[in-house]
Amino acid sequence: MAAPRKPRLAVIKFASCDGCQLSILDCEDELLAVAGAVEIANFPEASRAVLRGPYDLTLVEGSITTPHDAERIHAVRRDSKVLVSIGACATAGGIQALRNFAEVGSWVPLVYPTPDWIQTLKTSTPISHHVKVDYELQGCPVNKHQLLEVVLAFISGRRPFLPSHAVCMDCKRRGVVCLTVARGEACLGPVTRTGCGALCPSYGRGCFGCFGPLRGSANTGSLSAVLQGHGHSHEELMRLFRTFTCGAEAFRKASELHEHDASESHERP
Amino acid sequence: MQQRPAAATRQSTIERKDLHRLFEVLRARGYTVMGPVARDGAIVWDELSTPDELPAGWTDEQEAGRYRLVRSDGPALFDWTVGPASPKASLHPAAVTLLNARREGPALRLLECVPQPTRLAFFGLRACELAAIAVQDRVLLGGTPTDPVYRARREGALLIAVQCGRAGRTCFCASMGTGPEVRSGHDLVLTELLEDGRHLFVAEAASERGGEILAELPATDTTAAESGAVQAAVARATAGMGRTLETEGLPALLARNPEHPHWDVTAARCLACGNCTSVCPTCFCVTTEDFTDLAAGLSRRVRRWDSCFSVDFTYIHGGNVRSSSRSRYRQWLTHKLGSWHEQFGSSGCVGCGRCITWCPAGIDITEEARALRQDQRGKEGSRGNA
Ligand code: SF4
Ligand code: SF4
Ligand code: SF4
Repeated sequence: MAAPRKPRLAVIKFASCDGCQLSILDCEDELLAVAGAVEIANFPEASRAVLRGPYDLTLVEGSITTPHDAERIHAVRRDSKVLVSIGACATAGGIQALRNFAEVGSWVPLVYPTPDWIQTLKTSTPISHHVKVDYELQGCPVNKHQLLEVVLAFISGRRPFLPSHAVCMDCKRRGVVCLTVARGEACLGPVTRTGCGALCPSYGRGCFGCFGPLRGSANTGSLSAVLQGHGHSHEELMRLFRTFTCGAEAFRKASELHEHDASESHERP
Repeated sequence: MQQRPAAATRQSTIERKDLHRLFEVLRARGYTVMGPVARDGAIVWDELSTPDELPAGWTDEQEAGRYRLVRSDGPALFDWTVGPASPKASLHPAAVTLLNARREGPALRLLECVPQPTRLAFFGLRACELAAIAVQDRVLLGGTPTDPVYRARREGALLIAVQCGRAGRTCFCASMGTGPEVRSGHDLVLTELLEDGRHLFVAEAASERGGEILAELPATDTTAAESGAVQAAVARATAGMGRTLETEGLPALLARNPEHPHWDVTAARCLACGNCTSVCPTCFCVTTEDFTDLAAGLSRRVRRWDSCFSVDFTYIHGGNVRSSSRSRYRQWLTHKLGSWHEQFGSSGCVGCGRCITWCPAGIDITEEARALRQDQRGKEGSRGNA
């Protein structure tokens, strides 16, 4: 009896730092087991052998920032049975989505000696803005355990288990004393989806929001009011919401409101 | 100093300097001592090896959404009110492995995960914490089936209370009838006294075990003055409650008001972060997560604290039952103060104030109940007048 065909895995990169792909390589012991359970068809960070599609499972890293990539993602989608976007870039546009708040054309000549050679879009957008995505795995970078979970769930034909509660609950489960309540520090934990296990708060640093807004219930307006009550300025809060997941709708809007209010308060004498 | 074995119902007085004896006696009996420490800007529960680790000279300031640990400049060990953590983390842990399974050829072998009995001595429980343990006893051991994880930890637990001599700004145990006086559920109760340059603990046993432990400590007969000081300390805490909650008729009132406009006002502030349920010493909800370790061929099922504020808490086929934070907050408050009575025979709230202090948005369960009641009264009043 022939062994069942192993599912074919591809890992495809768009505009990103490669950190999420490296999280796969960081799986160490389990990586060998995964490599035994799937056929790694296309994963340039791991293997030079690149096999053409179609693929059963495609992990997509990075955001769409060039006209060429906006085309290429459609080809990737056509080649993939299940497509999972991984990381803050692929799910929210990444730190490079800061360009969405500015005029990218004015930066190009400052950075590149031959601006004419640069073909870039005005925005950095997540994969889901371009094609249908089956699952999104948030994080900057993604949590390697969650990444393994997605791959293992796929192999065993079940739904991946990806908790959706706020970072705060992980603080409480770990016994981390709340930085906002006990010290007045700015923290995005109450509006951020878990995934990291409250990594930053456990080291005494407020949450940066790497895993993006809480699905459906990110009450950024209330959190802004709370943090202002602890003495944080509009400018600070604009920056707080505008980091790795600044392109996510809820955080984008919150940062724009603070930007607006900050400029108003500057204008006032 | 005349030493004598303490009778189970009599008070005896222990000097602060002899408190280490209590720790030695507890350890000799095989207990791990859990108690309060000042860490990361708050009073939290931790494993203790000596009374010198207790938070001497620390006190706290609490308000809705705000907590500060501050120096009190005195030798007092218990001059604070409850912090974010509670014995819940030890008796009903945030994460427990329920099951391991290994693939052996075509078969699946379940590896037993029998909850290990623990012997924890909780030193420094407040009246509200004893009341919360009693609530969890009813919830987790009161019906069938019971929770074997909780049982294994609870049955071996020794409960040593220290009465409050001061109430915090978010405390309302007096309204809930759970404190500040320690009345039941404990093995031993102490009250800290700082009088005339002396640092004392007036102790009283409430169980046989408690009496045996007390009998091993160097103690003197408690004087009338010391007994009076204990009463005065409790009276001071009673008078100092920062919050009140009118409980009369509350379950019925809440049941009548599922569409009260005030739920929208609260929903606008609520972050759905689950801090309230996590710090609440009576909240017990859990979820299970399965993990696969491909390399080891092992599957693990872990139980974790969950919250009625998590988006997927009510996920069933087709979607979530409570998708808005309005419905989630309403569930939390009406369960805690209302339907809990019907389900478990008491309020689900012991008035510890944790959910008020540790809610980043400062949402105050006593204010919420008041708002629901007052608008309701207004309505009834105007109807009556018409
Ligand atoms: S530190 Fe941040 S994530 Fe943790 S409980 Fe406080 S607000 Fe939530
Ligand atoms: S009531 Fe407060 S602590 Fe509870 S979920 Fe809402 S914001 Fe979080
Ligand atoms: S509802 Fe709030 S005040 Fe009542 S027991 Fe729970 S945490 Fe304490």
